[in-house]
Amino acid sequence: MSNGWNTFVTDFRFVFIQDDRWKSLFQGLGNTLVITFFAVMIGIVLGAIVATVRTTYDKNNGDMKKRNPVGFYILSIANVICKLYLTVIRGTPVVVQLMIAYFIIFATSNNSTAVAVFAFGINSGAYVAEIIRGGIMSIDEGQFEAGRSLGFNYGQTMIYIIIPQVFKVVLPTLCNEFIVLLKETSVAGYVGIMDLTKAGDIIRGRTFSAFLPLLGVAAIYLVMVVILTALVGCLERSLRKNER
Amino acid sequence: MSDKNVLIQVTDLKKHYNKGEIKALDGVSLEIDQGEVVVIIGPSGSGKSTLLRSLNLLEEPTSGQILVDGVDITDPKVDINVHRQKMGMVFQHFNLFPNMTVLRNMTIAPMKLLHKSKGEIEAKAMELLRMVGLEDRADAYPSQLSGGQKQRIAIVRALCMEPEILLFDEPTSALDPEMVGEVLDVMKNLAKEGMTMAVVTHEMGFAREVASRVVFMDAGTIVEQNTPQEIFEHPQSERLQNFLAKVL
Repeated sequence: MSNGWNTFVTDFRFVFIQDDRWKSLFQGLGNTLVITFFAVMIGIVLGAIVATVRTTYDKNNGDMKKRNPVGFYILSIANVICKLYLTVIRGTPVVVQLMIAYFIIFATSNNSTAVAVFAFGINSGAYVAEIIRGGIMSIDEGQFEAGRSLGFNYGQTMIYIIIPQVFKVVLPTLCNEFIVLLKETSVAGYVGIMDLTKAGDIIRGRTFSAFLPLLGVAAIYLVMVVILTALVGCLERSLRKNER
Repeated sequence: MSDKNVLIQVTDLKKHYNKGEIKALDGVSLEIDQGEVVVIIGPSGSGKSTLLRSLNLLEEPTSGQILVDGVDITDPKVDINVHRQKMGMVFQHFNLFPNMTVLRNMTIAPMKLLHKSKGEIEAKAMELLRMVGLEDRADAYPSQLSGGQKQRIAIVRALCMEPEILLFDEPTSALDPEMVGEVLDVMKNLAKEGMTMAVVTHEMGFAREVASRVVFMDAGTIVEQNTPQEIFEHPQSERLQNFLAKVL
């Protein structure tokens, strides 16, 4: 027992402490968090815009065609673009999208982290858009009618009546999407970014030992996800409390 | 009825679905005067809800004219939102906002749309709540209310906008029987105070007692309209006679 423990401590020292290898692990973790955070920001903004276009089109196409034909024409085009975006992004693997962004679209850029933020943000936006759209569609049509019958226009009805209700519905799902995103960034190594996974892999190469570096990386992801999940749980509970 | 004041004038209103295959409204003309209580009855699928929902354009008619205060609201250039502020609506399923308190439900529209001060509109809301006997529920959420209470709140929510007319779309159809009375009582009081109302309902007792005019619809058209007494005691058309035989 104590012999096994001693071996573990020796291995641990060799793999993580020697040559300050833990520093590259933390550097990788930092990159992972930076990419995730900014990709989430892009995802929320982009997703909200796409969801707004899609639901506005779905809910107003009869009414608007008659009252505002020019606006309706513009909205129709925007809707087609959004649909195309959703199909392409959700229909292709995120690794491929990342490589296309890095080797084709931004081939001349040498800021690979920014490229990764862009690629993951664009990717996440598609999923966020569908989550928000699902949330809006889940609100009873009577809520829209009540808002409109009081004299609110479509935009006001959305802002004052619908969005606050949607927020509650989608928040847990949205947070889960971001937990998924955190783990998805582990493919960033494909374009030469040293994220958490890549850092572990480099250590594996240097030490010729796969066990501890990879398990260490896995443990760090797991801890982050557990913390995030707990936070989402708290949020959900406090939202439910407000209801009644 | 010499100096009557026409509030709503509907002319040859049609609402077709599936390129005319289904005719929910097939040429309806109707006039609603100020202070009148018009009760619309008829079998389900007769177009009475469609007609009522057309009056504030929740349902976009296929053709025809709806004049409100002399303005044709079917004209695409007319700002329908301004007119809807003057036309309160009460729904079968209440449609209260579940994430807001009773008071917030009532005050949000007047605050945002009429730009009234919070104090002013809350005082008015409390007064209305007292009128329907729910002043102690101002801070409750809709999920904490009974169906009858919800519908009474929905009525005063509409009243907070100080509408010229109230539209009721089967306001008691989703209620437990013992709660129908409390909602009808509120409506009766409003009628007594001179509120203009258009009511789609299956409550024949209410129609008989409160209506100034009863409109009988069938298959997307108005078959007969008259005083409640004439409608219920001397129905002219066979369709109305059959209908009354079933519901009375």
